[in-house]
Order: sequence, then structure tokens, then C-alpha cells
Amino acid sequence: MKIESLSLALGALLGIFAASQAIAASEQVVIGDIDDLSGVYADTGGLGAIEAVNMAIADSGGTALGKKIVLLSVDHQNKPDIGASKFREWADQNGLTLVLGGSNTGVSIAMSKVAAAKKVPFIAIGAGGSSLTGADCTPYTVHYVYDTTALANGTASVIVKNGGKSWFFITADYAFGTQLQDSATRVVLANGGKVLGSVRVPLGTTDYSSFLLQAQASGAQVLGLANAGTDFSNSLKGATEFGITKTMKPAALLAFLSDIHSLTLQTAQGLYLTTGFYWDLNAETREFSKRYFAKTKKEPTMDQAGYYSATMQYLKAVKAAGSTDSDKVMAELRKMKINDAFAKNGYIRADGLMIHEMYVMQVKTPAESKYPWDYYKVIKIMPGEEAFGTQPDPACPMIKK
Amino acid sequence: MTTVFGVPLPAILGQLTLGLVNGSFYALLSLGLAVIFGLLGIVNFAHGAFYMLGAFAAYIGLQAFGINYWFALLLAPMAVALLGIGVERLCLRHLYRLDPLYGLLLTFGIALIAEGVMRDQFGVSGKSYPVPELLRGVVDLGFMVLPIYRAWVVIASLVVCAATWFLIERTRLGATLRAATENAQLVQAFGINVPIIVMGTYGAGVALAALAGVLAAPVVQVSPLMGSSLVIVVFAVVVIGGMGSIVGAIVSGLSLGLIEGFTKVIYPEASNIVVFVIMALVLVWRPAGLFGKE
Repeated sequence: MKIESLSLALGALLGIFAASQAIAASEQVVIGDIDDLSGVYADTGGLGAIEAVNMAIADSGGTALGKKIVLLSVDHQNKPDIGASKFREWADQNGLTLVLGGSNTGVSIAMSKVAAAKKVPFIAIGAGGSSLTGADCTPYTVHYVYDTTALANGTASVIVKNGGKSWFFITADYAFGTQLQDSATRVVLANGGKVLGSVRVPLGTTDYSSFLLQAQASGAQVLGLANAGTDFSNSLKGATEFGITKTMKPAALLAFLSDIHSLTLQTAQGLYLTTGFYWDLNAETREFSKRYFAKTKKEPTMDQAGYYSATMQYLKAVKAAGSTDSDKVMAELRKMKINDAFAKNGYIRADGLMIHEMYVMQVKTPAESKYPWDYYKVIKIMPGEEAFGTQPDPACPMIKK
Repeated sequence: MTTVFGVPLPAILGQLTLGLVNGSFYALLSLGLAVIFGLLGIVNFAHGAFYMLGAFAAYIGLQAFGINYWFALLLAPMAVALLGIGVERLCLRHLYRLDPLYGLLLTFGIALIAEGVMRDQFGVSGKSYPVPELLRGVVDLGFMVLPIYRAWVVIASLVVCAATWFLIERTRLGATLRAATENAQLVQAFGINVPIIVMGTYGAGVALAALAGVLAAPVVQVSPLMGSSLVIVVFAVVVIGGMGSIVGAIVSGLSLGLIEGFTKVIYPEASNIVVFVIMALVLVWRPAGLFGKE
């Protein structure tokens, strides 16, 4: 009898607790950041990205529609199941209104499925796979910073047009790497080049020498590195050590400012790469980066700047919609013109891809670099349509032909 | 052109040479693990972390104090060994009487802490360590171009492996060590300070890991994650060689490097699992490992 009444009391108490939590949640704007905080991509987004979101929240006065803005964050450890289950948990229990992040295409694809099921906007930052707004698109996914198509249209086309006609790819063996290689291959072939071979390498490989020798044996002019993070650093470092960079031109299909910083200009000089943001582009980017640097002692990568911009745009959309209702906010986001420190002439296409200017850069030589973090010179400014394509991806089921 | 399995012979020779380089790292790392396990019965999961700390010690030494590579080869392992000895004194020695699993858990935790601290300080992208002046450049072997530094890694590793084997199997000190692990009380009765020996052994094992780290620093990006990706493979190497067998660690380290190199030509996607496939086969066929005592 005693136990029964006790459990009854406990049950009632829990009911009250749950109800009060639900009320609390609807009075808040809850932004979730699900990102790699400890693994190979932790320097491109990671803790710096959280700092960027906090800057955006502070710049918006900490509230939206009079509701407090709360930031939750978790390390997805590059595991799709962790990313998806944390997303689901926050949506069910914490009144989640927006999710950011998802570095690693595999994790982002899993998270976009949850976004569709829970009807919570997901702004993918850090993942490259263009299928996020293609075959895997959802009404709630926005792909914000860059995708594999834009990277290929930037770096690959500039190199092919400069005479790098024959390619060999070293590719990270998962969704991102293979999509990147496919996009780059299309660009190379379309511009009259050819691909002499490729090798798929497991993610997290440290020794690339065998694959580099295969690349060299192929006789190709260009060494296409369809990988990222420490995979990219280790493969480029190996290429320099084996003297391969003397005969082949390395192409970084995805490199971040943090990669160049850790590799040093000595190793990375001359490299072509494509980025959506560079801190030293203009007064606006310098102003944002200066504030960011004051907090982190690093210049922001394109992902970190993208986090700031995405949060600002989302909060603007919430204000415009006068609600945190997902469908209303998504409708506002799709209407907006995005012009801020991160994006120039940006807008969200029907398939969810954020179209904005991209920049093809070349890494400076140590002699050209005049001050700390002075790493890139602009080779080409690509308008959004040139980088991402003019038409929505027909593979996206939302696009009616 | 001569071909083997449809692959040109020079390509195979090139890959085998590179396999030998990787095998040298495996041998050096698994040697340290085997020494620690064979003599102390500790499954040292922090081995990868000590390897990483060795590389970082060299990097920090160069950046902060201008200590060049050759001194780093000596000083970095000593510094990391001191840290290892601290760990042994403060934590590990309380676990000797317990199940080996406790030691495994403790060292795993230490590895996570070490990685976390370095990640906080240096970020995951890590740092570049330059190849020492004397070892820059390449040699043309006919079938491939080999950076001189990689050749140096093979030589250095073989010399250290041979010296360690000789010390443990052929000297009086080694005999005392082995006796102390067989019967600590009896050896203590002869007036030998067993705890000091145990401490020194752990320190030496850790120093081997750190030495491998210094050797690796110019080759790979010095990053907090460099150890965790390697330690699993190295454990597989030790299991294949036979837990605690010095010769087993050296031989299987080198030969698995070669097999891995060969796999990279035939079917590169499998290059990071071939070691584990072999481990499974060996465990079925000889549960104690190739050189282990049943």
C-alpha cells in the first residue's frame, strides 16, 4: 500500500515536471549544434563554431520574439547514429527549433532524415556531399557553406583550364570522398581533360606513400586530393616528401584555413583550393574575423563563419515569421536575400542549397605572406550560379519537372 | 614488364619497401607493448598516447627551446618516460594484484586524458615537424624513389629492436628482469629491488613508444589523434606475434607492414583491415600467437 501511494506520488510529480519542461521549451528558441568536436573535423567547425553561434546569439540580443535563445551542443564523433539519435532526443524533449552542423556527409545524411521526420530545420554546415540537396534532400534541409559540386567547379576547372589535363585522384573512401571525386571528374572531362586513375583510401589513413607512388606511376599531371582534414594534410605532406609535387601539381579539392595553418606555407604553397569565405577578403569579413579572433586566437574557417551567418539568418527569419514554427520559418528563409560577412548575393534554392559566391584561391609562398594568417590570394571570384549550377538538382524528389 | 598478380614488379617492390618502413614503426611500437606486457602483465592502452606525446615533445622542443631532431631522439623519449614512470608510481602499481582488465581501463583513461589535453592545446589538425637537414632528399632505388628519411627510419628501428632483444634475452640485466617477473619474491630475497626494476621496465617501454613518435614526427602530421589510430593496429600486431614475445613483436611487426603494403597494391580499400583478418586467422589457428607460449 505504502509503495503504491509512493509510486503514485512520484508519477504525479514526474508528470508535473515534464509539463513544466514542455512549457519552458516553447518559451525558448532552442538551437542545437551537432558537430565533430573531437575528431578529424574538429578544427574546421568544432568549438570555434560554437563560439561563432554564441557571437550571433549575442549580436541578436540573446532573444528572439522575446524568447530566450538557448544553444545545445554535442559531439557526434563522426557516427551517423549518434548524430541522428541526439537530434531526435532534442526534438522530442527540448523543444528544438533549429539544428546546425553535421560535419561529415554520412552524419549529415542521417540527420537530414530526422529533420524531415521531426519537421525541424537543419542547416547543414561542414558536410560537403551534394546529395544533401540532391537525392537526400528534404523540405527542412538547408546546405549552407559549400558542396562537392562547387568545390569541383572551382578548383578543378581552374586547374584544367590552366593546362592540368590529366588527373589521378586519391579519394577518401566514404560518401563525401566519392561524391567529390565524381563531381571533379565531371568537370575535368567537360573541360577536355582525362582521368588516368584513382585510388580509394580508408578515412583516417596516416601513411599515403603507397597511394602516392601509384599516382606518380600513372604519369598524370594533377594529383587530385578528394579528402579533407588530417587525411588531406597527411597526403599532401607525403607528396612533398616523396618529391611528387615537383612533377605533379597537387589540387586540394577541399582544404580549410586551419589545414593550411597547420601544414605551414612551406608545404602548402602554390596549392589551389576553393572556399566560401576568407577572413581577409574585405572590410566586412575582416571586421567579423577580428571579433572572432579576439575570442579564439584563430582566424575563422569558412565553416565557422558559416555558422555565424546561418544563425543570424535563421533568427532574422524567425523575426520575420513572428514564430518559430518550422514551416513558416523555412518559408521566410527561402524568401531571403543573404548578404552578410559570410555570403554575398546568397539565396536558398528550391532544393535547399544556399547559392552564394565562392572563391578559388592559391596559397601564398612564405615570401608573399606579409602578416600572420596572410595565406591566400584570390584567383577567381565565382558567382553563385557558376559555382553551384543554375538549376536545382533533378535527383531531389521535391523538384517537380 | 614482369608482373605478379597482374601488377608490375617495380610497383610491388616499391610497395614492399614502403611496407618495410611502416613495419618498422609497428615493430618499434609493438616491441614496447610486448616488453610491458611480457614483463609486467600490463595491457598498456596508453601506448599510442605516449607515441603521440613523443612526437609532440619533439615538436615543442624544437619550437620552444630550439632542440634539434638528433637531441630530440634522445631527450623526448626520456621526458615521456619520466611521465610514464610517474603514471606507474602513482597509479599502475596499485593494480598489479588485480585482473589485467583494470590496468587496461586505467591506461585507456590516461590515453583519453592525454589526447584531450593535447587537443585543447594544439587542435586536431596538429603541427608540421620538418625533416632534419641531414636526411632530406631522396635516393633512386631503380624501381622507386625513396626519401632518405624513410630509409633512416628502417635502420634506426632495426637497430633499436635488435638492441632491446639483446638486452632482455642475452644480458645479466635482462635475466634479472625475466626472473623478477617469474618469481618476484625470490628475486627480492636475493637483494634485488624489484619495484625499481618494474618501474624502469615500464619507463623503458614508454620510451620506445615515444622514440617511435619522434621518428614519425617528420613523416606524418603531428596530431593528438596520431596515436589512437595506430594503437589498435599495434595491438593486433602484438596479438599475432604472441602477447609478450619480444621476437614475435619484431617479426610480426615487420611482416605485417609488408603484407599491408602488398594489400595496398592489390586492393587498397582493404588495407586497414588486412591486419585484423590475419589476427582472426592466427587466433583460430594458434590462440597464443605465432611466437607465444601455449
